[in-house]
Amino acid sequence: MAQFLQAVVDGVLGGAVYALMAAGLTLIFGVMDIINIAQGILVVLAAYLSYALSVHLHIDPLLGLLITVPAMFVLGVAIEWAFMRRLRGRERVAMSLLVSYAVAVIIEGALYQAFGSTPVGYLPSYAIKSVHIFGFYLPYIYLIGFGLAAAALAAIYLMLYRTKFGRSVRATMQDKVAARLVGINVDRVAALTFGIGVAVTAAGGMVFGATNTFNPDSGYDLISRLLSIVILGGLGSIAGALVAALFMVTAEEIVNIWQPTWATAVYYAVLVIVLLVRPTGLLGKREARAQ
Amino acid sequence: MISHRARFLSVGITAAVLAATLAACSSSSSGGKSHNKKPILIGASLSQSGQFSADGQAFKRGYELWAKDQNAAGGLLGRQIHLTFLNDNSSPTTATTNYQTLINVKHVDLTIGPFSSLLTAPSATVAHRYNYALVEGAGGAPSVFATKLNNVFDVSLPVAASLLPMINWVASLPASKRPATAAFPTSNDPFTQPQVQFAKQKLTALGVKSVYYKVFPEEPTQIKGIADQVAAKKAAIVVLGATAIPTVSGFTQAFIQAHYNPKVFIATAGPDQGAAYLKAVGHYNNDGVMVPNAWFGGSPNPQSKEMVADYIAKYHGTASGVNADVAEAYSVGQVLTQAVEATHSISNAKIIAYLHQGVTLQSVQGPVRFNALGENLAATAFVFQWQKNNFVQVLPPGTGSVAVEFPKAPWGM
Repeated sequence: MAQFLQAVVDGVLGGAVYALMAAGLTLIFGVMDIINIAQGILVVLAAYLSYALSVHLHIDPLLGLLITVPAMFVLGVAIEWAFMRRLRGRERVAMSLLVSYAVAVIIEGALYQAFGSTPVGYLPSYAIKSVHIFGFYLPYIYLIGFGLAAAALAAIYLMLYRTKFGRSVRATMQDKVAARLVGINVDRVAALTFGIGVAVTAAGGMVFGATNTFNPDSGYDLISRLLSIVILGGLGSIAGALVAALFMVTAEEIVNIWQPTWATAVYYAVLVIVLLVRPTGLLGKREARAQ
Repeated sequence: MISHRARFLSVGITAAVLAATLAACSSSSSGGKSHNKKPILIGASLSQSGQFSADGQAFKRGYELWAKDQNAAGGLLGRQIHLTFLNDNSSPTTATTNYQTLINVKHVDLTIGPFSSLLTAPSATVAHRYNYALVEGAGGAPSVFATKLNNVFDVSLPVAASLLPMINWVASLPASKRPATAAFPTSNDPFTQPQVQFAKQKLTALGVKSVYYKVFPEEPTQIKGIADQVAAKKAAIVVLGATAIPTVSGFTQAFIQAHYNPKVFIATAGPDQGAAYLKAVGHYNNDGVMVPNAWFGGSPNPQSKEMVADYIAKYHGTASGVNADVAEAYSVGQVLTQAVEATHSISNAKIIAYLHQGVTLQSVQGPVRFNALGENLAATAFVFQWQKNNFVQVLPPGTGSVAVEFPKAPWGM
């Protein structure tokens, strides 16, 4: 029983970190119909930025978010302007895969040049310390990740549903042409949304880097998991990404107790079964996505 | 509904096609100044990216260091050595393709091995198909020799019994001090599983109770959950089957978070990677961690001392920071050198025949003598331990070993 509860705790805390990393991916798809394959490498890039600040400039990674979040926002806006805005027509979604993959390869190459292939990590004190509650050790870094996930997802929700910009975003999500007709600058909304999506990734990357040793290749393992989370949650649904991440990582941790070699298979089996029953994902809304 | 299914399907297919487009990239390096004689081309598939990239980089340095030294000494048979490397992205499939390319397209004269048993076994099959010898330094798992190919020669320690010094040491402890329990998490890799299973069998025979044995896929995202399960068992000994640094660092971090410090923590690989290991776990979280191997940077072997000095002159750092993979790769070159010089030929058939004669050759890792399967019977198993940021030999007792730090120091020292 203790093992089971430990697995649930690990699943919830780890799932929140995945939700944080996946939030930008689902937000970008929701607004722009773009599958950002580069999300995995963007997480790794954010981890490297935190690493560089921590190791070379001795800036605490958490404090470093004041630098990495704006930096990643600017990068996101630049990627949207340079690559994504050019995509037009019916093949836009499929083409976005190719273009974002190209972006991923470019970033990966730059990271190899800058940092090499040797795995690196950073261990601020809160990455190795934990608090003992009800018989379980809860690492501070995962609690911070959980808090950042909750804050980021709440902020995105408030932005979408409580601000004028959010109304523009939602209008763009529902019908780009109509949004343009009522005076919304769709290109500006897209650029800012892409920037926000990538900026949120900075927080996910910081936590990822503090909980894993990583190198420029680490993005490949991440993207398959992040994609499956946002598809299971419902493409475009922020809340869905959170529910899916918690559900899938917890399921994986529970399977780990008995047979770790099956954990990954179960992870993807859950995805297939849910999609067979509910093709729009757990919280996906087909109507909202119809364009 | 249909459009969403179709979209998901198209996304999936396109993603799969994208994944399939990941291809190996190649690089080559010249061994030295050009001579009139045609250079000898030697090819290898190495992991410059992917799971084994840190090892692959170290192997590349080892091969290049050997080629530089050998070329400075006149090359092989008076011909300069030219190395050609292809990146296998740590994939066995790509490694086999690379060896076909090296032999059929690059027309290399000789082939040398990739990193890890996982990649060596299929690569040896390809080399065998074209009657090439494959002298290698990181394919010591039983699976490499199970096919009984006559062309594969592993210059390093056969891995199956590499944990034997640690087991003998546990057996030597008085009953009152002997650890009572052990945990055996291992990745599903041909390099790790035989070692961990061997240790489990021997330690339980000594009366050490096994409280955890699980095989796991070596994916960083799963490490914490498994490490937490191990920590909950509070075993006195942890024998971790790992091929790479991220697995060891993941377990280390999770153990620290869980306030769990085993009395003995030994990993099959990772802590032997010198500065790269320290970079991953930090300078305060390595004390007492052990690893089996046949070589360390402080080896008294004169050839090894010379190689370490060369390495530090070129790449800087300290002897403890030199990755053991460098010595394994360098040893491959040394054995190949001796075979070529003894046969006065780069004929693969002659080299294979020579290496099967039971001759004893010398390398930076110590003596090399192959049995019929290509295992190095002359290799000696050692266990090394990090002690105050120094990588030292601790087992077997005597023969240059220092005392084992037991129980291991608390984390953060």
